Amino acid sequence: MESIIHLGLLGLLSVTAITIIRLRTLFAAVMLSSIYSLVSAALLVTLDAVDVALMEAAVGAGISTVLMLGTLSLVGRKEKRPVRQPLLPLFVVVVTGAVLVYGTLDMPGFGAPDNPVHRHVAPRYLQESGREIGIPNVVTSVLASYRGYDTLGETTVIFAAVVGVLLLLAGGSRHTEQNEVLGAEQSATFDDRVILRVGAKMLVPFILLFGLYVQFHADYGPGGGFQAAVIFAAGFILYALVFGLKVAQRVLPPAVVYLCAALGVLIFAGIGLTTMAEGTNFLDYHALLRDPQDAQVAGIMLVELGVLVTVFGAMITIFYVVAGRRRSRP
Amino acid sequence: MSIPGDFIYWIVILLMMIGFYTLIARANLVKKLIGLGIFQNSIFLLFIAMGKVEGGTAPILVAGEGVTYSNPLPHVLILTAIVVGVATLALGLGLTIRIKEAFGTVEEDDIHQKDESF
Repeated sequence: MESIIHLGLLGLLSVTAITIIRLRTLFAAVMLSSIYSLVSAALLVTLDAVDVALMEAAVGAGISTVLMLGTLSLVGRKEKRPVRQPLLPLFVVVVTGAVLVYGTLDMPGFGAPDNPVHRHVAPRYLQESGREIGIPNVVTSVLASYRGYDTLGETTVIFAAVVGVLLLLAGGSRHTEQNEVLGAEQSATFDDRVILRVGAKMLVPFILLFGLYVQFHADYGPGGGFQAAVIFAAGFILYALVFGLKVAQRVLPPAVVYLCAALGVLIFAGIGLTTMAEGTNFLDYHALLRDPQDAQVAGIMLVELGVLVTVFGAMITIFYVVAGRRRSRP
Repeated sequence: MSIPGDFIYWIVILLMMIGFYTLIARANLVKKLIGLGIFQNSIFLLFIAMGKVEGGTAPILVAGEGVTYSNPLPHVLILTAIVVGVATLALGLGLTIRIKEAFGTVEEDDIHQKDESF
């Protein structure tokens, strides 16, 4: 039964992907890639990766679609008819695919419990984390405690990407016209769309509330700082899309958002330094409180807060920069 | 079920190759980024598929003995990879916008032509 569901979802993904290649209307391609993300999130749920599915749905179907649409309004929606011969790329792709399939023949079978991947550190996480960390969600334990270094690294990478985007786009272009992509013109046109405005007003608080739930319930269910940040950002971006960039920037000024992106990394690294100052290893939360389980839970909560602040700041910064970009003259 | 379980890897490789083809065969930079996204997503699926245990459930501990959980480690790796993925996508889109402003087009061949004629 399960493999039929897998097959069905993978079939949908393949059809969507092939349609995306064939379409030359980029707007439709972006919308389809959003659907692709949503279907792959469903597949991730059937593969037991609930945390990842939540992330994929929020990022793929939410944030990256908005960013891509913002870019399309700046660079044009039509793809030119391809002039190149597709034979050489096709050959490369077929050969690479054949080599990869040949590689899977030596792989251990799908889902077997004695696969090498399940016999290394994973059993320890599953058996000991309940006692050592004291929270049921093993993914959160591994993410924020056992592998806190990795997560600090990832958070720093996101911060670096924000700095990169700001360096590329914050300067403003030389040839400008007075129309922002999602700015003033849109807030004027949306004034009369009552359903959209009322609908958004009703949805936004619930999206933000759900973000809080995902953040603080991460110990017991799927969720965590990354997911909560993206859901928060999606809720805020919805507000900005309907009510205009100017209003959104009055609620949350760009300077505050830039600060957020840096502040989260500081919180995360600061906890690491605090534990070092207390005489234990970097990010070893036992120094924070006397009871080892309480210390772990407190450490995880603070670290997740750092992740939330940075990722939220990063997503909103990128949105502000792309959406506030003025269209250059053709 | 007579379908071999490994079919999931093969279809994921097919998706990966669709993304790869878009990346190398298409000239439009936005289309390339969409292709890169499909490529990236299929790698996520490959990792998560390896972490699946037959008859397992999501790695959130419940009371009682003898519950099989899927491997949490790939989930952690991919979770952070998705966020880094959207950050790199944003960087790519930023570069695309700058290229459009500098060259007036996002088609690779036209960009190359204009670059040569400088």
